Amino acid sequence: MPLVNGGKIADDSFVKLAADTPLPEGGDILVPAERFIGEADALLRRTGKVGVIWPNNRDIAELVPYLGKIAVVALVFPTFRDGRAYSQARLLRERYNYRGELRATGQILRDQFVFMLRAGFDSFDVKKQSDAEAFMQTAKRYSVFYQPTGDGRITALHRRMQLRHSEGVGT
Amino acid sequence: MYAYDEIDRTLVNERVSEFRDQVKRRLSGELTEDEFKILRLQNGVYLQLHAYMFRVAIPYGTLASNQLRALAHVARKYDRGYGHFTTRQNIQFNWIKLAELPDALADLAEVGIHAMQTSGNNMRNVTSDQWAGVAPGEIEDPRIWSELIRQHTTLHPEFSFLPRKFKIAITASDHDRAAIKIHDIGLKLIKNEKGETGFEVLVGGGLGRTPFIGKTIKHFVHGRDILSYIEAILRVYNQYGRRDNIYKARIKILVHELGIEKFSREVEEEWQQIRNSSLQIDDEVVEDIRSRFTYPAYEKLPHMPDELRQAAADPDFEAWRKNSVAPHKVQGYSIVTISLKPIGAPPGDATAEQMDALADLADKYSFGEIRVGHEQNLALPHVAKRDLPALWKALDKLGLATPNVNLITDIIACPGLDYCSLANARSIPIAQELTRRFANHELANLIGRLHINISGCINACGHHHVGHIGILGVEKNGEEVYQITIGGRADESAALGNLIGPGVKFDEVADVVEDIVEAYLALRERPEELFMDTVKRLGVEPFKERVYATR
Repeated sequence: MPLVNGGKIADDSFVKLAADTPLPEGGDILVPAERFIGEADALLRRTGKVGVIWPNNRDIAELVPYLGKIAVVALVFPTFRDGRAYSQARLLRERYNYRGELRATGQILRDQFVFMLRAGFDSFDVKKQSDAEAFMQTAKRYSVFYQPTGDGRITALHRRMQLRHSEGVGT
Repeated sequence: MYAYDEIDRTLVNERVSEFRDQVKRRLSGELTEDEFKILRLQNGVYLQLHAYMFRVAIPYGTLASNQLRALAHVARKYDRGYGHFTTRQNIQFNWIKLAELPDALADLAEVGIHAMQTSGNNMRNVTSDQWAGVAPGEIEDPRIWSELIRQHTTLHPEFSFLPRKFKIAITASDHDRAAIKIHDIGLKLIKNEKGETGFEVLVGGGLGRTPFIGKTIKHFVHGRDILSYIEAILRVYNQYGRRDNIYKARIKILVHELGIEKFSREVEEEWQQIRNSSLQIDDEVVEDIRSRFTYPAYEKLPHMPDELRQAAADPDFEAWRKNSVAPHKVQGYSIVTISLKPIGAPPGDATAEQMDALADLADKYSFGEIRVGHEQNLALPHVAKRDLPALWKALDKLGLATPNVNLITDIIACPGLDYCSLANARSIPIAQELTRRFANHELANLIGRLHINISGCINACGHHHVGHIGILGVEKNGEEVYQITIGGRADESAALGNLIGPGVKFDEVADVVEDIVEAYLALRERPEELFMDTVKRLGVEPFKERVYATR
């Protein structure tokens, strides 16, 4: 599964750890939520970055004490019709001000990229190579957005207000 | 009318090109049918028994004549020459070819029509009173707010993959023509003591397998906060709505399982965190949307023009006028309902020729505007009373002047087993047979207001629970069996109907309905007591006795 990060296909430095895999000496690791909460201190003490895979049915607020210390939060889309992680993503970015990498994992197709970018995701474990390659093109598919989110894109309502005011200047 | 600006048009075009890419990937095999299914459903495309079905949104039921012509064009060019108006201000085309769909969408986009979120587990087309803006006594035009909510819910980045579909309806009149109590969110536009606009918010209404009447979650939400309040409801639902069982995934089940108090506390908590955000709508934004709704330049006309006085001598005209013409807020004008329920035909269907001709009549007599109501009828919202006789003659020629609006043959029915892959039983032939049984206008008039709603399966697209007489088709041992309820209603006094007795076979349905009507005529206290009032007064029992005595 190709990883798209920073808008392009990139190497993934993180190794996914199961609940019972022995902890490697160094290197970046992605740890399931249960294990992370249980061993947080030990995990964060080692060298190498730590990320957490957070299931979509667990309260994201539990992560708040660790947000300054983790490098990746990977949210899960078990199927792309299960949209719970969109809410988790927005809460992380907009309410808890998480600024690290926010990764979408699971069944990720190009058709979700715009929604995901708007919800605050910036990296994507894409299922198909062709979708990963189409990322840049797909991400630019829309230029009009009706809802304000934390991504800062200007909404249609506000663009209209700006247009209205700039038109008003000359008259 | 709401006029799309460049911004709205751009978005619709971007959506068309995205869908074109999705269809291309499906046809090339890059997308599996399973993957494509969710994507096509986001755009109103179902796979039905015979072909793809394509559902197009008519937000809050308002259409301009050029838009109706575009729908006629789609019916003619891409389908079999007709369309079917649904109970949620949509139109469906039943014989679309997948490869041609992007072109059909592009043609519709030219007149600002789209099919976004007309199916799938997302926020569906926002519906409203088909008499919005013209009904006497309305607080204000609810379409301004409908449009604001339509925009906010379109391609929402957080709520496009909800546990289940999500429907919002808005009314601004005491008499609820938008059926807000059977919606996931129902909004009743009201004013507070300071005269500010806001909404009573209802939540958790819905039909289907487990029907519920919506409950009031908040008595007043200020207009400026309505988007954040809706967002709070959706955020709670998106996170906690059930995803393990599609029959328990609607918000009504969550509200029921948590209880309205606990649910509203969750929403309140979430709302307090987001209400002072960029979701707040300032007056300028509302005014901008309002400014893009145009209203006709009405003339000063007499209340009772000579043309109308003269036409009153014609009993056929009078029969039509009495049930199809309603008072308008401006003197000298009327709202005209166009029955799409001719005797013996499927409810809600219109041919391309009828749509084109109606668009011409709208230009001539209704300032180019047409409305679509949830009863599967159309309306011309601004007809000068002096034009009523001429309009009636023109409609009659088109087969659009059946004088049965709100009468027993004005039936709501889903497509049923004739088209739908979910259906267990036929709906349309039941409706057709009933219209034949009650074809006599004198009889229908004697019975008075009576709504029959028919669904061909438990999903309740024909709103059978809230029909004065509700008919639900199910399958039992390989046979179609119909369960009949009475006493339902979808208006401001919304109620679910009660089962009258054991299910009956296809051939017996019309007989049973006739028996129910006979019982009503015998039981009513006086001719003015409507069917639903008699049922309310007496309950199901006396009807049951009479209907089942000989069965």
